[in-house]
Amino acid sequence: MNLDDLLKDKGEWLRATGPNSDIVMSSRIRLARNLSKYPFSHWASKKEQQDVLQVSSRAIKGSKKIKGCLSLDIGRLDAVDKQFLVERHLMSKEHIVASENKGLCIGDKEVLSIMINEEDHLRIQVMKSGFDLRKAWYIINDIDDELGSLLSYAYSLDFGYLTACPTNTGTGMRASVMLHLPSLVMTKQIGKVLQAITKLSLTARGLYGEGTDAIGNFFQVSNQVSLGHKEEDIIDNIERIIKQIIDHEHSARQALLSQNRAVLEDKIWRAFGTLKSAHIISSGETIDLLSLVRLGVDLNLIKRLDRALVNELFIITQPAHLQKIEKKRLSPNERDIKRADIIREKLTKN
Amino acid sequence: MLCDICGKNQATVHLTEIVDDKMTELHLCEECAQKKSAQMESHFGLADLLAGLAEVGTGFSKTKKEPNIRCPRCGLTYEDFKKIGRLGCGDCYSAFRESLIPLLKRIHGSTQHYGKSPKRILQKPTVKIAKRKNELLEMKERLQKAIELEEFEEAARLRDKIRGMEKKKK
Repeated sequence: MNLDDLLKDKGEWLRATGPNSDIVMSSRIRLARNLSKYPFSHWASKKEQQDVLQVSSRAIKGSKKIKGCLSLDIGRLDAVDKQFLVERHLMSKEHIVASENKGLCIGDKEVLSIMINEEDHLRIQVMKSGFDLRKAWYIINDIDDELGSLLSYAYSLDFGYLTACPTNTGTGMRASVMLHLPSLVMTKQIGKVLQAITKLSLTARGLYGEGTDAIGNFFQVSNQVSLGHKEEDIIDNIERIIKQIIDHEHSARQALLSQNRAVLEDKIWRAFGTLKSAHIISSGETIDLLSLVRLGVDLNLIKRLDRALVNELFIITQPAHLQKIEKKRLSPNERDIKRADIIREKLTKN
Repeated sequence: MLCDICGKNQATVHLTEIVDDKMTELHLCEECAQKKSAQMESHFGLADLLAGLAEVGTGFSKTKKEPNIRCPRCGLTYEDFKKIGRLGCGDCYSAFRESLIPLLKRIHGSTQHYGKSPKRILQKPTVKIAKRKNELLEMKERLQKAIELEEFEEAARLRDKIRGMEKKKK
């Protein structure tokens, strides 16, 4: 398998097959791990970074739980390929910067990905469709157990897994859930919800993690605290809170339907109409309109449109994806035309 | 005075902003000020925030000059950590232990790990004993919390479990 093969299919997390897929796009768990023998990536010499990359890659290759992994040397990829991997949520934006000696391993159906030499030596990530942190934890725990028997992790009995940044120490775990909350935004309740989340030691971020805007009504909610609680307890806590947010979004959707049905339908159908007819469209407008169309599908107003296709459109209409599909560099104007072409084709075929 | 952004509400927040060496004064209403501060937070990197926290963590007595401790293994100093917000290696956690404990407490509300451990480490017999000790410690903390929250059924359950564990230890 090579990088271009990823284009032929969509990741498991986009398939809208998991629980509560109407509101929850995906559930993700990542673990930060470091090798005890080497300084953390940012403080390591080039030679030490190379060693970390080699030793970790060998352990991943030798693992029985990780099969058919696509291994990439990030330093050798061009700018579009790197951006493409970020758009697919397989690696962070930070992994693009100074990409020498950085590696990425992508597992089957893009459920698993392991960044090597990001902020920590290993950033293991498992992503599942819908609201399914349990499943994600089950998979990642198993992989981490095995890697932990092959590699010597930096670990102390009192502080747990030692990480470059003390905010990740302990479990090294960040569990996050990507929520689509258009009705809480429309009914202006989202501010209150986000405030409450912060009080419960969770954080909310945008579609692409730290420092990104909440575009398309997507919010990524994750734990802030990683030390002092068991992994399962942290997951329990997030699950409990997410369930409440899901309930709130459901009631806001029902309230909109019963009180403002005509206005809501008008918005949704206009969005659908624009996407089906536009010949030039920016990525920002696309995401906003797709968000409304997704709501239309969730409320069964738009029938015969597959939610997985809407999910996929969010990703394949982004700049690097368009350039990979077209197999050449495109200027921003050319991208806006290509984007409109793809959306029209996908929506009218469906 | 009306808000500079919306021009509708009364300005109650006054902000001095310096962008590219140019100073501007903004007078904002509460609502616009909140939006503005959200924008500012996103520019404000985590490393800066941490560096600030690290300062607070050790700053009990500013007059006492603290020696700039250096990690014997990787050479990173605590000053470096305050600047970049990242530690240099696993050993930094022992080298800066005294300063890191209040910082970890501030970030996580705890300084003791209760989660999983690597299989390699678990196999050592000394670790097994230490692990049991940790579990006991956690149970006791949970018991304390349960009592505070007046969850007495849970407290009784925990108390019996602790008794059982302590008996086993003997």
